[in-house]
Amino acid sequence: QGTFTLLRDTRTDGSFLVHHFLSFYLRAGCKVCFVALLQSFSHYSIVAQKLGVNLAAAKERGQLVFLEGLKSCLDLLFGEEEQPEQPSPLQFLSGSAGDLQALFEFVRGSLAAPGDRGQGPVLLVDDLSVLLSLGAAPVAVLDFIHYCRVSVCCQLKGNVVVLVHSNEDSEDEENELVVNSLCHHSDLILWAEGLATGFCKDVHGQIKIIKRLSLRRAAEQDLVQIYQYKIQDRNVTFFAPGLSAAVL
Amino acid sequence: LVFTEEDKYGLYSNLLFKYFLAEGVVCGHDLFVASAKEHPDNILRELPAPLLDDAYRKELGDEAAAVKSEDFQDSMKIAWRYQNLPKMEASPTTYTKFGHYYDISKKMSPELHQSVKCHSFYLHEELSFEPKMKAWNMNSGYARLLQSIQRIISQEGFDGSDPEKKQRNVLRIGIQSLGSVLWGDDICCSDTPEDPHSLTKFLYVLRGLLRKSLSACIITVPAHLIQNKAIMERVTNLSDMVVGLESFIGSERETNPLYKDYHGLVHVHQIPRLNSLICDVSDTKDLAFRLKRKLFTIERLHLPPDLSDTVSRASKQDLAGSAKLLSSGCGAMAIGKKHLDF
Repeated sequence: QGTFTLLRDTRTDGSFLVHHFLSFYLRAGCKVCFVALLQSFSHYSIVAQKLGVNLAAAKERGQLVFLEGLKSCLDLLFGEEEQPEQPSPLQFLSGSAGDLQALFEFVRGSLAAPGDRGQGPVLLVDDLSVLLSLGAAPVAVLDFIHYCRVSVCCQLKGNVVVLVHSNEDSEDEENELVVNSLCHHSDLILWAEGLATGFCKDVHGQIKIIKRLSLRRAAEQDLVQIYQYKIQDRNVTFFAPGLSAAVL
Repeated sequence: LVFTEEDKYGLYSNLLFKYFLAEGVVCGHDLFVASAKEHPDNILRELPAPLLDDAYRKELGDEAAAVKSEDFQDSMKIAWRYQNLPKMEASPTTYTKFGHYYDISKKMSPELHQSVKCHSFYLHEELSFEPKMKAWNMNSGYARLLQSIQRIISQEGFDGSDPEKKQRNVLRIGIQSLGSVLWGDDICCSDTPEDPHSLTKFLYVLRGLLRKSLSACIITVPAHLIQNKAIMERVTNLSDMVVGLESFIGSERETNPLYKDYHGLVHVHQIPRLNSLICDVSDTKDLAFRLKRKLFTIERLHLPPDLSDTVSRASKQDLAGSAKLLSSGCGAMAIGKKHLDF
């Protein structure tokens, strides 16, 4: 409860982790607010079906609040004049205010009602780096995350899961700034990386799991575990490094 | 959303662009061509003519037959285990009927490309920005293009908004040389552009439009001119498929014996991962292209055996260096610093 999980990928696509968390929390019965900035609803829906969860049904019964960033952006730019009571969550795109307050209000409003079984609500964001591409300042993005943490993790005792992209020798300084800052504040970091030896058909990458125990208690050290993984159509298999099924 | 990084002189990426549009014509899709450089009508007039199946098969067949007759009888003596492996197939000789083939030495007949509806957008002919649109915080050229695309999509019913329209068709959008100076964007000229977010915002809105309608889009961008690499990284994240073309013209690789048969390399930086957890990765990452008199082919780059008598160390290092650059891998699957791909 009350944890902030950072999903990070480097030179590979970590979105399989997003799909996992989405189906995991929905199956647990939590109320989920999913800010999906990069893909359409049908993409997530189809993958979730393979993982055994029906997104449309969850949306209908109110368990899932889905913000489809692409659709929202189109409505904002091509739609008619918006009503003042319902400002678009992506208002920072067209207005002069560069902050993400409207997005935060949307998140807070959607998670305010209590969940089904009294579990904490969950905020899932895919992916945060897109906000920088759309013109939000890094400080605005960090403020938004901070407000979300306070309201979701501390006040509502829920969890926040955020996906960001990063590159080791990236020239995107704003992105690196955001990612580094988030790393310092996360309770758990799941870092999907490419193998150091290059591309392989049987092992798609390695994942580093960092439990940041040093965040809560000063004397503790962070716990780092490394696994390798292979993504299949309906499943992801994890194994210890060097023990891939292809090798054994 | 297919994003193509142009080669230095734009020759080959233009070819790829025209192939995309020509395929649309042959399949009966509607076209939308946007450019700030050439008038779209000129582009449409220069689309390559489709090859009839017989002619192409014959051409490929001739080549293959010539190769086969030479070394048919040789059986391997030392490396006999390899005898049973299929010969290296550089180009697809099995005629999997996906798409059509084109003859670039001939132009497409006007009746053919007039049989489909072509919409065009030539930046310098467009009317000024409509005042009733809200402030978009975007380069006005891009904004006008987006408005135009959105108008076509909703008017022609590609987004399914018109329930009476029985026959649903696909819209193929081609945008040439986006991000260049001609569009009014200065990301190709300076390191700290005035509005670095215009291109990425444009791509985001375009992605939204593509996702909600039956359309596909190819964009070519002079990536070698963009100084700010951060923009290229963001653009890669926002596109479904990213392909880079690197031509050997004018570079030192032109004389490299490794590349003597080819005109350039194809770098696949990213492949689409839509509607599933994994994407379809091909076996090999090293692709090169070659422009023959009639055909533009993309093949696997395979090293011929090193049979020269005097193999100097310098040339070996050079080859190894270029081989390292070849296996730079693709972004959807993991890549690493070293090139021990297996």
